Amino acid sequence: MSPSRGVAVRLRVDPVACDAYGYCAELLPERVTLDEWGYPVVDGTPVEPSLVDLATRAAAECPRRALLLEEVRVAG
Amino acid sequence: MSTLTLDAAGRLLASVPGWADSPPLAAHLATHGALSLPSGRDDGRWRLGMLAAIGESGLLGRGGAGFPAGAKWDAFRTSGRRPIVVVNAMEGEPASAKDRVLLSSAPHLVLDGAEVAATVIGASEIVVCVADDSGAAASSVEAAVAERRRARASRFPVTVQRPPGRYVTGEESALVSWLNDRPALPALRVDKSVPLRVGRRPAMVHNAETLSQVALIARHGPAWFRLLGTPEAPGSTLVTVTGAVGLPGVLEVELGTPVIDILERAGLQAALSGVLVGGYGGAWLDPAELGTPFAPGPLAAVGATQGVGILVALPVGACGIAETARIARYMAGESAGQCGPCAFGLPAIADDLEQLWAGRADASSIDRINHRSDTVDGRGACRHPDGVVRLVRSALAVFGDDARAHAEGRPCAGNAGPTVLAFPATPPTGRPVAGGRSS
Repeated sequence: MSPSRGVAVRLRVDPVACDAYGYCAELLPERVTLDEWGYPVVDGTPVEPSLVDLATRAAAECPRRALLLEEVRVAG
Repeated sequence: MSTLTLDAAGRLLASVPGWADSPPLAAHLATHGALSLPSGRDDGRWRLGMLAAIGESGLLGRGGAGFPAGAKWDAFRTSGRRPIVVVNAMEGEPASAKDRVLLSSAPHLVLDGAEVAATVIGASEIVVCVADDSGAAASSVEAAVAERRRARASRFPVTVQRPPGRYVTGEESALVSWLNDRPALPALRVDKSVPLRVGRRPAMVHNAETLSQVALIARHGPAWFRLLGTPEAPGSTLVTVTGAVGLPGVLEVELGTPVIDILERAGLQAALSGVLVGGYGGAWLDPAELGTPFAPGPLAAVGATQGVGILVALPVGACGIAETARIARYMAGESAGQCGPCAFGLPAIADDLEQLWAGRADASSIDRINHRSDTVDGRGACRHPDGVVRLVRSALAVFGDDARAHAEGRPCAGNAGPTVLAFPATPPTGRPVAGGRSS
């Protein structure tokens, strides 16, 4: 029997598309910081369920559509 | 059966009697033996046998990533549309000459390997990419392609393309972009199992040396291939050795040969303060690490990479900080400029290193270089910034005492000396790379 599985999301930046508008860090400071040149730094860990709506909005608000939400399967 | 000796110098670079360069097909076949490809396009048994042979050989790609060739081929056999085979002989690494040497001395071996690969994956076409600034190598392979066409010795349409010779244009997604009449810039690939495409056809990109190894495995079999090398990294490989050696050039060595033995074969002349391994996105090895076997696993264990088979010997008295600053500045200029962390981070790291080189850095400069390296690492669409960061970190480790002396305003005596590194002439424009192939 296979283990039960859930789906989580994680953040990823398309570095080619990103132009350092920085909206993502305004909208989701819990998960996005900016480097010294204004480009977003994210980590690849799953976004907490309580932040998924905000993450979705941050991705939608990016003028360059450079903030990506990737689905990841997690055992659980 | 094989008639080749097991001299590691004599597989890819076996001398062809009477021909120093560009041997014609007949001389090539007399030296390496005939290569029999199946006559029918649908000879599935031959294709499966060859796929198994490449898998069993354990051949790893020689273009830098070291990906198993058999696994790559497997992924291309299932797709619907007929793929194309792209021979990557761009050789954007300034300290590398192996692919040019191979195209000059054994162009038919590279083309044989491309035909084997194209047959196995059911490709419809072969495209050979040679940088627009590498004259003799391109002439050699163009002549070989023309000869095979005249002799009807080619089972596939083969063309030679001349993309711009810049550092990042050999990165496979940049190369494929150029073949699609777009600029030769790397692309973000979210899922690397999705193949690159030229038009609508999947494009299997292979380094030229990898395909020349395929040509030999197709003749002599996987067991013969594995007579040299290590179980994890079988076979021979080409290494470009420069710096403080009496015989700079391209050597064919058995994988797993200690780095020091390769340097000695190239006529090591001096006591060394470090050895650059892999390329300008590689790493410095400490002199105490020169017993490391030249193969991906052992090099990774000391923080280095086989890369495209580069060794640059830095003599005692030369300044590793100066050399690293030069490389960082060059690599910053070769950024495609698409990704902020690379476009801004690499010049900032180069600035810091140049200040350090000159003895004008402040006390926090080394910390700042480390911090900026951490910031940039892994944040480009391609691996260009990651390689620079690896090299810079290794410099601060191998030349750590020198770096601290520089930071305290006491640069080492050799810091004004000439470089042992090779850099191409400054290109006419600052950015790559308005693209599009000729048709």
